[in-house]
Formats: sequence, C-alpha cells, structure tokens
Amino acid sequence: MSHEHHDHEHSELGEMDLRVRALESVLAQKGYIDPAALDVLIDTYQTKIGPRNGARVVARAWADAAYRDWLRRDATAAIASLGYSGRQGEHMVVLENTPQRHHMVVCTLCSCYPWPVLGLPPTWYKSAPYRSRAVKDPRGVLADFGVTLPESTEIRVVDSTAEVRYLVLPMRPASTEGFSEEQLAALVTRDSMIGTGLPLEPAP
Amino acid sequence: MTYLSHADLGGRPNAERVQPEAEGELFHAGWEPRALAVTLAMGATGSWNIDMSRAARETLPDYASLSYYQIWIGALEKLLAERNLVRPDELQAGRALHPPQPVARVLQADAVPEALAKGSPTERPATAPARFLVGDVVRTRAQRVDHHTRLPGYAHGRHGVIESVQGMHVFADSHAQGLGEQPQWLYRVAFSGTELWGVDAAPGTSVAFDAWESYLEPAA
Repeated sequence: MSHEHHDHEHSELGEMDLRVRALESVLAQKGYIDPAALDVLIDTYQTKIGPRNGARVVARAWADAAYRDWLRRDATAAIASLGYSGRQGEHMVVLENTPQRHHMVVCTLCSCYPWPVLGLPPTWYKSAPYRSRAVKDPRGVLADFGVTLPESTEIRVVDSTAEVRYLVLPMRPASTEGFSEEQLAALVTRDSMIGTGLPLEPAP
Repeated sequence: MTYLSHADLGGRPNAERVQPEAEGELFHAGWEPRALAVTLAMGATGSWNIDMSRAARETLPDYASLSYYQIWIGALEKLLAERNLVRPDELQAGRALHPPQPVARVLQADAVPEALAKGSPTERPATAPARFLVGDVVRTRAQRVDHHTRLPGYAHGRHGVIESVQGMHVFADSHAQGLGEQPQWLYRVAFSGTELWGVDAAPGTSVAFDAWESYLEPAA
C-alpha cells in the first residue's frame, strides 16, 4: 500500500495504531514478549541490517576474484565471513549478472527477501503489481524503474519459493579501475542487488 | 477445495505500475515497526513455524485489500486466537483477561542479536539420494492441493530443467499443516517464458524457482 494511500486515511492509521498497541500490551502482560526486545529488533533493522551489508559483499566480489569464486561455490559461508548471517538468509545463493543474462528476484507467493544482506523489503517488493508482473513482464517492470536492457540480454526472473534467498551480483561499472572497496560499495544500490536496478556510474 | 490462498499472485493480470522507493524508507506509519517487532518476537516463542504463519497470512479473506504489515497483524491475531494464547475479548480490552498459556521460549532483549544471527536453517542431512540431476527435464505437478503449498499457480503442469540441487529441506507443505518437517530434496528449476506464458511470453525471458521433489516428476 502506498504512502499516499495512508495520508488519505488518518482514521485507519489511528485504528491500526490502537490495534497494535493493544496487542503489544496483552502480549507483554501475558509474559510472551520482552518489550525491550521489541526496541532492539526495530533498532537492528533501522540501523544495523540493511542494503549497505549487501553492497559490501558486492564490492568485495568486484575487487577480489577469490572471494567472487567463494560466493559462487558457497554464498552462505562467503557472506557470513563478512559478518552477515541468519534470519531470512540462512541459505544464500548469488546470481551473477553478465552481458548475456540479467537476474531479477521476486517472491510471488509472499515477500521472501535476503534480510541479512538487504534488510527489510521495500513496499513495492511486497506489492501486488510487482509480484504479479515480474514473472511475466520483467522488461515492463524494469521500465518502471527507468531501466532498459539490450534485447540480446536474457532476463532471468528468480521466484523465491523456498528458504533459499537470492542476492544479485550486478556487473561492475566501467571506469572503476583502482577503486577501493568503499568507493565500489558506494556505487551499489539496493535495487541493483534485487535486479530491478543497475549500479551507479562513477562520477566523471 | 477448502483451502484458498489469496497470495499466489505470479502472472495475474495487473496494470498498476511498480512504485520505486528510496532505500531509507522502511516504514510508512508509526505502528508498522511495532507490528514487525511483535511478529518477530512471537515467532521466536516457537508457538508456530514460519510455514504456519505464511498459511495464516495467505488465507486472510481480505488479503488483497490489506497492506503487508496489516496482513502480518491479522495473521498474528489469528495464530494467537487459534492457540488460545490471546483471545478476542483481550484484544478488545487491550489487556490480559485470561491466564497465559505456556510458551516454549521468550525472546529477551539481550538475546536478540544472537537469535537473528542464527536464524532457522531448513536444510537437513540427506537421508536418500536425490531423484533428479542437474540438466534433467521435469514436469511440475498439474493438480491443485487442498493445503498450503509453494508451487506457484502459474507453473502447474509445466516442463522445466533442473538447474541446481539445493540440498534436503524442511517440506513447507507438511510443516504448515503441523505434520512435521518431512524433509525432501529441493531443486531450482528453470522454465522458458513460452512454456509458462505461451504466445504471451515476452521474448528473451525465463523464470526459475525452488521446487521440492514431490512437486516434480520426470518428463515423459
């Protein structure tokens, strides 16, 4: 549901605020949850686990051929070596983009997403238009993101139907020879790791 | 059929544009982070598994009209009510009115980082050889099933090629029904656009997804 939608429905917003507050109170009173744990969970996904993690993985793969090979063989271990593991990323596979094939990841059945490397999924990833259209009209979806790929590039959509989680490894932008991993990571966008975008071009 | 999922959206007609979003834009209302956190914290109690929560979400009758965090809250209330952990009168009152039921664990604040870093792996030791090899041509199950499943509707009765053997994993269908893990081999299977969409297929496109062994049979 879009931001605009919420802005027009203040009453619904208030209703959800009250409903979630009531639920949280009952769960805490019954001793099922530690209210302090909720704050830690929220802080974790707001400040610690997000797409900059994935950008570090991609930058390392661009800079280090041995690491790239490790990602191809065992992405779960290679990603864990940088400190990213666990919930919704227990079994990782990296999809490597080439001039011949571009990958785009979707979860048509719910919202499966590689949390340890990308954080929480954006609203559009969970939305009906993306989940309906990505598998059948990926070039149309890419156009919504302002991306056009050559007709000679196959578009491979990967639907996350089990507990394997997919990270797209985009192609390294041209004119980045000699860039440090930090400089490379700054070019890696979240959408480029889902496959709905491309990395940024370096400033001339 | 009595089981009806409203979440199987792949390939359904939809003329709406996808609305891109900035990276930092995580929540759109004050209650959404709380909804995320109570869902994760209650999941950690072990009162249900992830496949049961997916089943609870996809069967909400008003699924299509709800935002994603509204779906999470609706399903959480349903899972709690089914287990008598929280009853509807308590949600109404906003306070506990009945004694708590025992839960297996309570996630404490200081245990959160470790719990998230550990996650819940679903791969299990292989107990039988895999039926299919990379390169094998298979056909997906054509018939619908009357329970939670992870074979998308757009790929029923379609031919694909085994692209990767992903290990033995907890079988979502049985796990969601409370029938145990019953691990099966999991495969990534690739399908051409024309096999899935016929003449409507966009040129130069293909789809792959993960399928448990019992979703597949050798191509005739």
